[in-house]
Amino acid sequence: MNLVTETAAWLTNPAQWAGQSGIPNRLLEHVLIASISLGIALLLALPAGLAIGHTGRGAAVAAGVANLGRSLPSLAVIAIAIPVTVLVDPVLGGTVLPTLVAMVVLAIPPILVNAYTGIAEVDRDLVEAGRGMGMREREILAGIELPVALPVVLGGVRSAAVQIVATATLGAIFGSGGLGRFLVDGIAQNDDGQVFGGVVLVAGLAIATEVAVGLLERLARSPGLRAPGARPATELAPPSPLRGA
Amino acid sequence: MIDWGWLAGHLDAIAYRTWQHVYLAALGVGIGFAISFVLALVAARYRILYPPISALAGILFTIPSLALFAALISITGFSVVTAEVPLVLYTLVILVRNIVAGLDAVPVDVVEAADGMGHSRRQRLWRVELPLALPLIVAGLRLATVSTIGLVTITGTISDAYGGLGYFILDGYHRGNFLTEMYAGAVPSILLALVADLLFVRAQRRVTPWARARATEAAA
Amino acid sequence: MPDQAARGAAIVEYQHVSKSYATARAARGAPGAVNDLSLTVPAGKICVLVGPSGCGKTTSLKMVNRLIEPTSGRILIDGADIAGRDATELRREIGYVIQQVGLFPHQTIGANVAVVPRLLGWPAARQRERAEELLALVGLDPALYRDRYPAQLSGGERQRVGVARALAADPPLMLMDEPFGAVDPIVRERLQNEFLRLQAELAKTILFVTHDIDEAIKMGDLVAVMQVGGHLEQFAPPAEILAAPASEFVADFVGADRGLKRLSLTRVSELALHPVVTARVGDPAEGARARTLADPFPYLLLLDASDRPIGWISQGHIPATGALAASLATPMSPLLDRRTTLKDALSMMLDADVQTGIVVDRTGRLRGVLTVEAIAAALRPSADPEVIASATAAGGASAAPQSGADA
Repeated sequence: MNLVTETAAWLTNPAQWAGQSGIPNRLLEHVLIASISLGIALLLALPAGLAIGHTGRGAAVAAGVANLGRSLPSLAVIAIAIPVTVLVDPVLGGTVLPTLVAMVVLAIPPILVNAYTGIAEVDRDLVEAGRGMGMREREILAGIELPVALPVVLGGVRSAAVQIVATATLGAIFGSGGLGRFLVDGIAQNDDGQVFGGVVLVAGLAIATEVAVGLLERLARSPGLRAPGARPATELAPPSPLRGA
Repeated sequence: MIDWGWLAGHLDAIAYRTWQHVYLAALGVGIGFAISFVLALVAARYRILYPPISALAGILFTIPSLALFAALISITGFSVVTAEVPLVLYTLVILVRNIVAGLDAVPVDVVEAADGMGHSRRQRLWRVELPLALPLIVAGLRLATVSTIGLVTITGTISDAYGGLGYFILDGYHRGNFLTEMYAGAVPSILLALVADLLFVRAQRRVTPWARARATEAAA
Repeated sequence: MPDQAARGAAIVEYQHVSKSYATARAARGAPGAVNDLSLTVPAGKICVLVGPSGCGKTTSLKMVNRLIEPTSGRILIDGADIAGRDATELRREIGYVIQQVGLFPHQTIGANVAVVPRLLGWPAARQRERAEELLALVGLDPALYRDRYPAQLSGGERQRVGVARALAADPPLMLMDEPFGAVDPIVRERLQNEFLRLQAELAKTILFVTHDIDEAIKMGDLVAVMQVGGHLEQFAPPAEILAAPASEFVADFVGADRGLKRLSLTRVSELALHPVVTARVGDPAEGARARTLADPFPYLLLLDASDRPIGWISQGHIPATGALAASLATPMSPLLDRRTTLKDALSMMLDADVQTGIVVDRTGRLRGVLTVEAIAAALRPSADPEVIASATAAGGASAAPQSGADA
């Protein structure tokens, strides 16, 4: 009970809603870190995943990259990245940049895996029909495979986005901004209200992200495609463990 | 850049933290697997329970680990329970889904054939469904183990008594970006995760001899 | 893109076409090899490639739209080697129907039918118009189906859409790979009949792959029987394949019941019909009775005022005087259409437990009577389909002018 009132008190304190360390600014920082890293991960992983799914070549390499990416602890990636990023920017390189690097590493596996398995799982008869009617490879990818695989592809993006939002809090340990600040500072100051307030904000943002990508997916999905069933295995693990190996 | 002297002087500490890392991770995955196995069997038997379990797991996944550790301190103090509860919870998210998905992936005709030959419900589960679900279950364990090894690094935020190899990362940072110490934590923790990943790849192959047979036939 | 006027039907020629696969790919699952295939498909005909799985029939088909490239040999369409064509452009001029149909699930039926016109850059209005025209052609109401999605259609409806899609750009050549293989036998039968009717109008050149010899015989103007390893065993009209199998393999493949199969090749219109004594309702009974008594066949067939059969009256039941009333007639033999196959006709007669079937034309007017004897004559192993008609005509009891002449 105490915890709830403390949290509510912290969240409703007008002092938290203004200034550099206020909730709006931290939220903005968090969204920025998440969007930039998601954007970079998309640029790197999406074209590669689509190409691998379409050609069927390089799936083993992609699985290897994805497994490697998943194996790297984010905290370790941040630590490893620091000496490199400080060379890029002495100030940001010790705070935000390593976090960005770790978030990109975190986001690549689900985007890559879902993109290539999503495309690869598209019924080969559709591809054959398209090719037989004289569609060029690019037209097949953009006109058939991507629209049909979209729920799976966006499932990977959603998974990546949610993980980034939750994990980007780690950056605060290393002096990066974002909502993680409330957690780290709350722990340091033994301020339960601030810690739980931070939890509420991060979880809220993560859920909002999940809902937003889900909505986008529904908008982009053709009404001819049935709603995707629960696909836990594709989002969290390679759908075929044999292929993943 | 690397202070080899520091490393030489801290071999004992590194060994201890590595052992602690493995111990914390194994405990988390072990307990998590036991709980999720039961949960998944219940969910597979009573399908109506699966959507709420799955949704709850999904929400859990949105809570940052850092926050979960911090939140638990005020309840369970600086104990090993504080470290293990979040680890176990996160493995549940992965394992329950994968075990259920594994059971779901068993072809209907195989289940029917098993019934037709007179397997009892229990026999069907243990002799037919679970062996066929094993690849996805092991895939889940692999993912859960690797992600738990990553999460153990964050237990260091509870207190210096935990953290496994993550302790060095946090301690090194607090000493003003003492890279040698940070790398002493980061590099072995990555290696640990990679080794675990490789071990599970092996295990995956071992538990599915039929898949290997198929693969070699296809390659021939 | 050649214009509408240049269309019509194409001639397809295989010249010593072979396709071999490396041993690794020849393992199960790999498509069948083809060995020195030479054949010519005349314009406007349906040529069925038939054979057991792995005989290379699908490979042969896919080499025509270059989904598979031959190892050696040439394929000519209207005399031009396709190897010199851009593959995608070539494919846009060839209709393609596959067993699983491959309708794009994310597109409406209208959009699916218009895939090739869209690829060819037709204006949107013309694409839409063409899609509606084709849906109507394959028997799907455009207003009802245009905006639906493939998932909302039955298997048979999807197959029709598949055919409509292949026809979209009015290709002179269509490739059909087991196009009716994925639907149940009843729907398949209906789709086959509809397609044959459609083809009678369109007269496209069609290469058709099936593993089902019955389908091959039914659909093909020409049938190419292929053997595992990609050897062409026989290339001939279906009647010849059945009457004179070129090899033991072909004989085995068409089956021991090939005599019976020939029944499904011959239509009622090809046989001489037995004439019968007829009278209209209201005719004087006396004259009719006399004519019936004079005929070896002891029944009178009563017709209505428009010459549509009502039923039989046995000669003993014809009143001596008065007018013939409809109530005198007893239930009918089965009514046969002139396009009914002998197989169906025989089946209907066996079902009705009678020896005769009454053949009527499209308006239901009497054309003549088909007897079991006439069908038996057609069954004779030596009987050549072309000879059947004359044989039965000669063997028929009376030499009265036959009413089975083609209208």
